[in-house]
Formats: sequence, C-alpha cells, structure tokens
Amino acid sequence: MLQRTPFHERTAALNQTMLWRHWAGHAVPDRYQMSTKREYYAVRNGAGLLDTSPLYKYRISGPEAESWLAGVLARDARRCRVDQAQYTLWCDERGFVIEDGVLVRTAPDEFLLTSAEPNLAWFDGLRTTERVEISDVSADYGILALQGPRAREILAEVAPDAAALPYFGAVHTKLADAAVVVTRTGYTGDLGYEVWARAHDALAVWDALVAAGEGRGLLPYGSAVLHLARIEAGMLLVDVDYRPSRYAWTDEQRATPAELGLGWMVRDAAERRFVGSVAIATATARWRQVGLTVDWADHQRVHRERGQPAPEDHTPVEEAMAVYGRRGDQVGFATSFAFSPLLKQHVALARVPVHLAKVGTPVGLEILVDHLPVAVAATVTRLPFFDPERRTA
Amino acid sequence: MKRRYDAIVIGGGHNGLVNGAYLAKAGLSTLILERRDVVGGAAITEEVIPGFHFTTFSYALSLLRPQIIHELELPKFGFMTLPMPANFAPMENGDYLLLGADDEQNHHEIARHSPHDADALASYDHLVATVSHAIKPLVDSVPPNLASKDPDELARLAELGAHLRSLDAGTLHALARFLTGSAADILDDHFEADILKALLASSGIIGSKLGPRSPGSGLVMLYHSMGEHDGVFHRWAFHKGGNGGFTQVLARAAAAFGAEIRTGAAVTDVLTSNGRATGVALDDGNELEAGVVVSALDPRRTFLELVDPRELPTDLVDAIQRMKFDGTSAKVNFALDGLPTYPALAGRTDQYQGFINIGPTIDYLERAFDDAKYGRYSRHPYIDACIQSTIDPGMAPPGKHVMSCFVQYAPYHLAESDWDTIRDEFADTVQAALESHFPGFGDLVLHRQVVTPLDIERTVGLSEGNIFAGEFLAPQMYFFRPAPGWNQYRTPIAGYYQCGSGTHPGGCVMGGPGRLAAQQILGDRR
Repeated sequence: MLQRTPFHERTAALNQTMLWRHWAGHAVPDRYQMSTKREYYAVRNGAGLLDTSPLYKYRISGPEAESWLAGVLARDARRCRVDQAQYTLWCDERGFVIEDGVLVRTAPDEFLLTSAEPNLAWFDGLRTTERVEISDVSADYGILALQGPRAREILAEVAPDAAALPYFGAVHTKLADAAVVVTRTGYTGDLGYEVWARAHDALAVWDALVAAGEGRGLLPYGSAVLHLARIEAGMLLVDVDYRPSRYAWTDEQRATPAELGLGWMVRDAAERRFVGSVAIATATARWRQVGLTVDWADHQRVHRERGQPAPEDHTPVEEAMAVYGRRGDQVGFATSFAFSPLLKQHVALARVPVHLAKVGTPVGLEILVDHLPVAVAATVTRLPFFDPERRTA
Repeated sequence: MKRRYDAIVIGGGHNGLVNGAYLAKAGLSTLILERRDVVGGAAITEEVIPGFHFTTFSYALSLLRPQIIHELELPKFGFMTLPMPANFAPMENGDYLLLGADDEQNHHEIARHSPHDADALASYDHLVATVSHAIKPLVDSVPPNLASKDPDELARLAELGAHLRSLDAGTLHALARFLTGSAADILDDHFEADILKALLASSGIIGSKLGPRSPGSGLVMLYHSMGEHDGVFHRWAFHKGGNGGFTQVLARAAAAFGAEIRTGAAVTDVLTSNGRATGVALDDGNELEAGVVVSALDPRRTFLELVDPRELPTDLVDAIQRMKFDGTSAKVNFALDGLPTYPALAGRTDQYQGFINIGPTIDYLERAFDDAKYGRYSRHPYIDACIQSTIDPGMAPPGKHVMSCFVQYAPYHLAESDWDTIRDEFADTVQAALESHFPGFGDLVLHRQVVTPLDIERTVGLSEGNIFAGEFLAPQMYFFRPAPGWNQYRTPIAGYYQCGSGTHPGGCVMGGPGRLAAQQILGDRR
C-alpha cells in the first residue's frame, strides 16, 4: 500500500494542485502551488519547506560503529565527529558507486544514514561483528528540509541553537517541545537545514516551523522544485545521473566516485581500506562530471530559424542527451537538463572525456526542435551552477 | 577625481546604466552621471518609512530585453525576477475575474463569465505571441533611417521589407490593426465578456492619453503584450526588491565592467566645439571631458536643454517641440497594516499576488478618459495596483505590506487647478475607489505616498510626467522616435548621442534604447 509520511495530514491540506509523486513508496506532493515558479522562488528568495521523509534512514550503532562505517563508506567516517554530518558515498569492491547519502553522527557510537534507495541488505552483508548494529528507522522519523535565504531567520524563532549551526553541523535540540536532530544540510544548494523529528512529533514540528515562517516568505515545496533546485546546485540523483552499481547491466552504466566529480572523498584511497578502495586507488577515470551551460543566443537562433520562440522551460528533463565535440562526433552525455529561472540559462549535468572537461570548453548539446535533433552550442561550466555565499556562511 | 573619459552618460536611469555598462564592457572609460543621490531614474525602490520599501514610480518588469540579461551577465549581480502568479480584476457587482498561473484553470474561471471567451483567450494569446514574435527582430535592432540616402540605410530598409514580406498576410494584417486600431475594437473581435475585455484593454491605456476606444490604444496594448518572461510573451514579474532592486543590479554590473557612477552630479550643458561634443558642464561649475556624450534624458531635455537648440537643424527642433508628452499617470502608494479584504473572496489573499486591475468595463475606462480630455483627473480612476510584499518578503515587515497603485487619468495639464493644490483631494479619490472594492481599506493604511505627474517631472525629470519619455503614438515610434532622421541614437552634434526611452524602441523598463545606442556608438568608433 502507498505509504503516507508523518506530515501527510499537513501536506495534503496544502497541496492545491492535487498532484502527487511516488517516492520510495510514499505519496509526496509534486507541487503545492499552481505556479511552480512561485514555489521555486520561495526557496531562492524566502524559504521553502520540503517533506523529505521518504528517504531510507538507517541507525548504525555500537562500539565498533565508527570503524565499521570507515570500512564500508567511501568517505572517511572517522572524520565525522559527533554533531557533524557528512555527505558520503558507498561503492562496490570494483570501486563503482552504489549510492550516496548523508551520514549524521549523533553520538560517539551512533550514526544516522540516509539513502534514496534501500540498502539495508547490502550493509548487513558487510557486517562481520555483533559490535555494530544496523536498523532501519525509516518509519520512526519524519524529515523536513527548511531551505532558502530566510531559513536561518525562521529556524531562529523556534530553535535558536540549531539556527547557529555551521555548514554540515548537527545538533540535538528541542523544537515545539519535541526532541529533534537538526543538520545544516540540504539538496537545494542554498542556505538550509534538515530537521529529523520523531514521527509522533512531526505535525507539531511542521506547525511550529510554518508559524515561524509566517510573513517571511515560507512556502512548502514539492518534488518538482526539488529536482530543479538540485540541478542548479549540481547535486546528483541516483537512477538519473548515475545507476547504482548493484543494478547496472554494464560498466558503461556504472561510474566511479571520480567520474561523478566526487573523487575528493576518496583522494586518500591508497592509504585507507574501505570497500572499493583498492580499485579506486588504481582506477583511471573515463569521464569527468561537468556542468554544461547552453549558449542563450544560439538557443534563440536555432528556434528562430525554425520560426518559433525558444522555450525556456524550468521542468527538469532527467534523461540522457548526447553531447557532441567540435567535429560533430558524440563525446559524452548529459543526464539532467533544465532552464534555470535564476540563471536564465539552460543548464545540464553531463559527463565528458577528461580532455574535454576544462571549464570553457565548447561542446554541442543535442536538443529537439520540431522533432529534429539540433546541436546547440554549450560550454563546460564549473559545478555547482548556483552557489551563493550563504550556503556555507 | 578624473576629468577625462572616453564616454560620459548623462542620467543614471535604467537606460543610462545599460548604455554605460555596454560602453564600459567594450573597454571605454565610462562615467555615468546622475543628478539625484540614487541611480535608477523612474525605476527606484525607496524605504519611505522604516521597513516599507515603495516602488515609487515604475513597479513591474516585463519588457526588459532578454539579450541584456545575458550580455551584461545580470544573474551574477543579483538579477531575480519573481513572476506574478495572479491577475485579479474586481467587478462592479462584487464578482471578479481571477486568472492564475494555470491556463486550464483559467479556462474555467473565464467560462463563468463567458464560455466563448474561455476558448477565445487561448487563440488571442497565440495571436499576440505570433505578432510579438514577428516584430521582435525590429524591436531589437536599430531602425532604418528614412531620411538617409546612404546605401547601408537603403539595404537596411530592404532588409525590413524582406522581413515583413516573410510574414504571412494574416500576421501582417493583425499587426497593422494593432498599430493603428483601438484596443476596444480589437478585443471586440475576440471577446464578449466586458470584464475580460477591460482587463486586457487596460494595458492599451497605461501611460497614454488615450481611452480604450481611441485609435492608437491598440499599439500601446501590443507594446505591453510584447513583454516576456522566460520565453513566454505577455507575462509580468516583479524584480526582487522592486524595480529599484533591478537598477541596483544594473549599477553593480556597470561598475563591474569598469563604469564609474557619480550621483549628485547634475549636468547643465553638453559642451561642444566645432559641431562636436567635447564634454559636459556640471551645476557645481566643474567641467568633464569626453569624446562621446550620451543623453539618457528625454528628447526635450536632450535637444532643447542640454544643448543650445540654435546649434541644431530647425526641422529637428520643430519636431521635438511638437513631440507629445502630455503625461496622464500618477501613483498613490500605501504602507498597509495587513492585506485588504475582497468580500467575494473573504479569507483568501492569493488574488493579490499580481496585478489588481480596478477598471471593470470598457465604459468605465473610457469614462475615466473622458475626464482627462477636459483637463480633470478621473472621478472614477483606473487603478493598476500590486502588493509585491505578498511574494517578496523583503518589501515590508512580516505581516505588513506595501501596495503600489498606478492611477489614470491624471493629466499633467489641469484645466482648473494645479497638482500641488489638489494632490490630497486626488489621493482621497483613489483611496475611495479602493475602499469601495475593499471595505475597511482605509483602516489598513499606515502611510500614503502621492506621486502626481508634476512630481514625476520634478523628481525624475520626465517632461510633463510622461512615463514613456514621449507618448506611444505611431508618428512618435520607430522611424520617427524621437524625430524623423534622428531615430538612430545619433544627433546632429558629432559624438553626442541619445539613449533614453524617447528613442527606439521606447519606454517601460526595457533597456532596448540603452543597448541599441551602445551598438551605434561602438559601431561609429570603428
């Protein structure tokens, strides 16, 4: 049966569109407002509130939790101190990425880990000692992402110690008399927080945040805006930008951390032992993860030449598109594409060969104009496309 | 302080800033001079009382040429447009037309008033988009000079002919109707519901001394419809922080490209020698030198005040003296303690997230115009209101709001009084019109700002308070803006150029004149 999140009562009442998306077996609003951009600009100019509860959540605890995680996750979990969070990956023994998620250390011997897809059996299979426990706590918590330039000001009204968190900090605190864990994390590339509330406290936490956001431009936002914002933020989405190694048919579908632009997590692979480290330490990257920015004038031109205005649609296209080199030969592929309402440009997340990954390299990106393929001029761009100082400040 | 520049731009309104930014980007040492202590001209946001940010004059964005966003890299400098998700038109009987972001939902809302119109709006919108797309290349290029026999100009004229010939006859005919007809005639062809016609016709009278039944209001209506947002025609947005937020973005871009901006610097004269511009004189007695001097002021100031008209050809001086300004617009802006209540939508406030159009019938608008014909302000005024704070939280303190009301008609030339005498009486009339739609409105008012056409002229410098720097009449557009033979940003004085809204394509926060003038200036230097 389709699951409801702990916030469902509130999100359902606010969803003016009655559009829902299925996410990990849960119903979540695709968008609340008739105007997606209204919701989008709440995130970029005020604040947005996202029910991100469908994420899988695991608690990893016990005296050897830290050392076990250090051997399982690609990024060094020992560097994640108490009251810190860490964006991380896990790989298979061949060094291909299985998934990414956020690790939160809530105590010396307790961690919480999110993932978009189920991974419990994978982790269980790597458990070799009773001194580590892994439990699926997905249904125990609701998570709210509070994102946008006014997120701090709103959170300060109800949880001042959480509002003061540094980037990727975490804290146990109280919000609306409920015990919560707040992290300074998010999936929008903006200033933002994520609030873990016990399922039975979820509605009270929602209500307190909404009340604090009154008059401060706070709106709930749904998956449509989330997917747009994450492209601007250069953040990868499993099954869109990469395929989990466990479910790939060919190595062409697989990617290593370096090929996803996340090589910085595993730079010390030769000195550490973790699943995939041996392969990673010696692997040569086939691709580089890059941003592509479509040339606005050329995009206008290819449409005007066919007698039509150029569409500037913010709806993300999350499927493969061909990337061409100077001679018109295909050199790479884009995985996510959208018109950014903020940057006023079409942008894409793409993988190109290492020699074409230099910022400023001109390429062609295939779009359809009147059902005919056209290579529109684009430029390799540093990720993230959108990176305001407030994100980390 | 530097005294010699490659280029000096007179006037820090949005066109002056755009022009200066392009010149600086091309490598010219550029100085932008603004008389007031804030740049932006008529596109400014002012904190009139603490926490309340008023868009004193212009209040929305649509016609800004998208090339400018890209060529001046405006997103880097904080450019952020907030599209309006609603368009609300109250009616005299207490009903309303409320259009939103979803076309299919709008269909059902319009069908309450006319099932026919619900479908007709889609085809009308497509027609407007088709015509707008067809003329966009003309809007975004320097128009041909009919007075010139230069082969390049003849080629340009031929290009224009070829472009028009490439359009199908239906599009061309629709264009001709827009350019010459009345808004009411055109809308009568498509629609039957008065509320929808009045809502659309209102953009045919904005800024103009025309009623919806006046020939020529079609041109104004088309002009306003050409605006686009993210590739869609006929869409409007606020800029974050109001239009002053936008001109601050332009100022940051101009400065980043190397332009120097000086405020509190009023230019009294353009200095010339042997028919060439050599610099400017400031009202503090200082003189600055430049080989290129660009006036972003309106044509009257550009040709009759900044230079000695005796240096100019008589036919040009005549044309500028005959150019019609005749401002008819005013603003009344409010700081509000909360959002107004519309009885038929009691408990709802989403209707206030875009334009609020007080002008329920074509007759209402035409009668409002009737007053103006005889030199009176409208007893029942047309009001284009908006409450930007509903979607932009930085505009007012939490729970409070700012309401901008653009009001017509408020003729600059009053028959029986003067604006300083009747400003409060006028504002009371506007407030009474709001009270009649939103009972209890007066109790919400924390502060009221009245901006008469005379205030516009005195504060911003727009002659006769005309918001377009010269009316949008066919004989004052394209080939003839601001005068025949002088529609290409040059003037008879070598090195002296014009880049204000009085040049092609025209007014609104568009930036087209500033951009095209820069193209011309840079082309002439090569």
